[in-house]
Amino acid sequence: MSLLEELYKEILLRHYKRPLNFGVLENPTVRQPGVNPSCGDSLELELRLEDGRIAEAAWKGQGCAISMASASLMSELIKGQTLPQALELARKFKAMVVEGAEPAPELGDLRALAGVHKLHARVKCATLAWNALEEALKP
Amino acid sequence: MPLTLESIRQDFPLIAGRPDLVYLDSTASSQKPQAVIEAMSRFYRESYANVHRGAYSLSLAATDAYEQARHTLARFIGAEPEEVIFVRNTTEALNLVAYAWGLHNLREDDEILLTEMEHHANLVPWHLVARRTGARIKAIPVTPEGRLELAALDELLTERVRVVSLVHMSNVLGTVNPVVEVARRAKAVGALVVVDGAQSAPHLPVDVKALGADFFAFSGHKMCGPTGAGVLWGRAEVLQDLPPFLGGGDMILEVHLDRSTYAKPPQRFEAGTPPIAEAIALGAAAEYLMGVGMERVWQHDRALLEHCLARLDAELPEVRTFGPRGEDRGGVVAFSLGDLHAHDVACALDQHGIAVRAGHHCAQPLHRKLGLASTARASFYLYTTFEEVDRFVEGLKQVREFFKDWL
Ligand SMILES: Cc1ncc(COP(=O)(O)O)c(C=O)c1O
Repeated sequence: MSLLEELYKEILLRHYKRPLNFGVLENPTVRQPGVNPSCGDSLELELRLEDGRIAEAAWKGQGCAISMASASLMSELIKGQTLPQALELARKFKAMVVEGAEPAPELGDLRALAGVHKLHARVKCATLAWNALEEALKP
Repeated sequence: MPLTLESIRQDFPLIAGRPDLVYLDSTASSQKPQAVIEAMSRFYRESYANVHRGAYSLSLAATDAYEQARHTLARFIGAEPEEVIFVRNTTEALNLVAYAWGLHNLREDDEILLTEMEHHANLVPWHLVARRTGARIKAIPVTPEGRLELAALDELLTERVRVVSLVHMSNVLGTVNPVVEVARRAKAVGALVVVDGAQSAPHLPVDVKALGADFFAFSGHKMCGPTGAGVLWGRAEVLQDLPPFLGGGDMILEVHLDRSTYAKPPQRFEAGTPPIAEAIALGAAAEYLMGVGMERVWQHDRALLEHCLARLDAELPEVRTFGPRGEDRGGVVAFSLGDLHAHDVACALDQHGIAVRAGHHCAQPLHRKLGLASTARASFYLYTTFEEVDRFVEGLKQVREFFKDWL
């Protein structure tokens, strides 16, 4: 399988065409922009935090298939997680795409993005939403 | 030996050594011929010393070589050597003008006229200076075809406009702007004329005197030279009264503890130890390009462009290209493939060994005008072959096939 085939899987296509949680929340408690200055990709992440958990998540933005699918999958995965859990997911996701670590089972469908590690130029695309999440959860 | 495309390719070690690679990003930076690499290396091996350091012969030899490069660059653009200031790159050259000229001449409500197709290097320095002086920024619009809307000049060029700064050849659209006409009209209202020549100096014959401008900025690394050396040309009369931008060694006449007087141009604008080896190698790059002939470089780019556009138009209806169709365009093809993001396209082309750039190419306002966040961009230079353009088109077809469900 080529690097491209390894990366652009069916699951990414689905999230690219019909991103989940795309839009805005009614009463967000945090709103966090994220930009990739080198390419101009940008998104805005909104979270509603309740009792130390992410009760709701939404995002909107424009970018490549990798950054959009990553944001879509992330927004789904973090719902219901406590803040430390969400940060731990961010750490595991980054370990996978930045360092090439074995994909952690908790990452679920996001494991489809493991191939990004071999396409160095795309690491920033995959981490755009996650950087925004980490920023948003900073105390 | 007559110069052929094949012999030119043999002059570029990276190109000759990588037949698998189709390098289509010379607009960002060009590859280097052996003559340039050798000039730099020979200087370090045989005659390296700091310049303008008086007595010993090694420094004198280094100074001679550095000043020789200044003469070569002057010849390259039809200028006098005293008008050639060595800087790091176009960005530094434009900052020099914005700060040294702008800070001292712009007042509140003065106007700075730019264009919608500028590179960030010709926008941000003016933003910084406008903030400090209270001057306002306006821009000549770009037409849907990708040309400057010259009809808007009547209204835009008021007596308030103190400076017009525009790109000679766009790094996204490839458009070669009618600088002579814009300069003539800007002069009629007494405005200073600054030209961003980052793309024109490498790709077409430039005669700064004929342009009618006051400043012309370009980078060495886009014209076969090394990184770290570029040129700001300034008309002698303008440089004469221009205060310095950076202060330090080499740019002074006399220094006291609390004040100093400055050297004549160009030294006044070259504070500190310059990029000596880089400037010398840039001289070698200019010699190399003059040896090939800039008219020939331009015609080659043009022929590749027409070939590329003809094939894309005929064979890839999903590809949309930007930029004017006509003689006033160089070898730059910014494009999009369906609704696919430029990154996905460029990354897929890279898997076929084809290097194109993706992003906003440091021209966000232009992309906003085009209604796109980013484009992919292929660009050509003197070592690009028709076969490479064909490989690019075939590569794009494979990318289209790969992404057929995504389109
Ligand atoms: C039209 C234009 N202006 C300015 C620049 C800036 O050049 P540099 O990065 O060498 O300063 C570029 C390079 O991308 C350019 O294409």
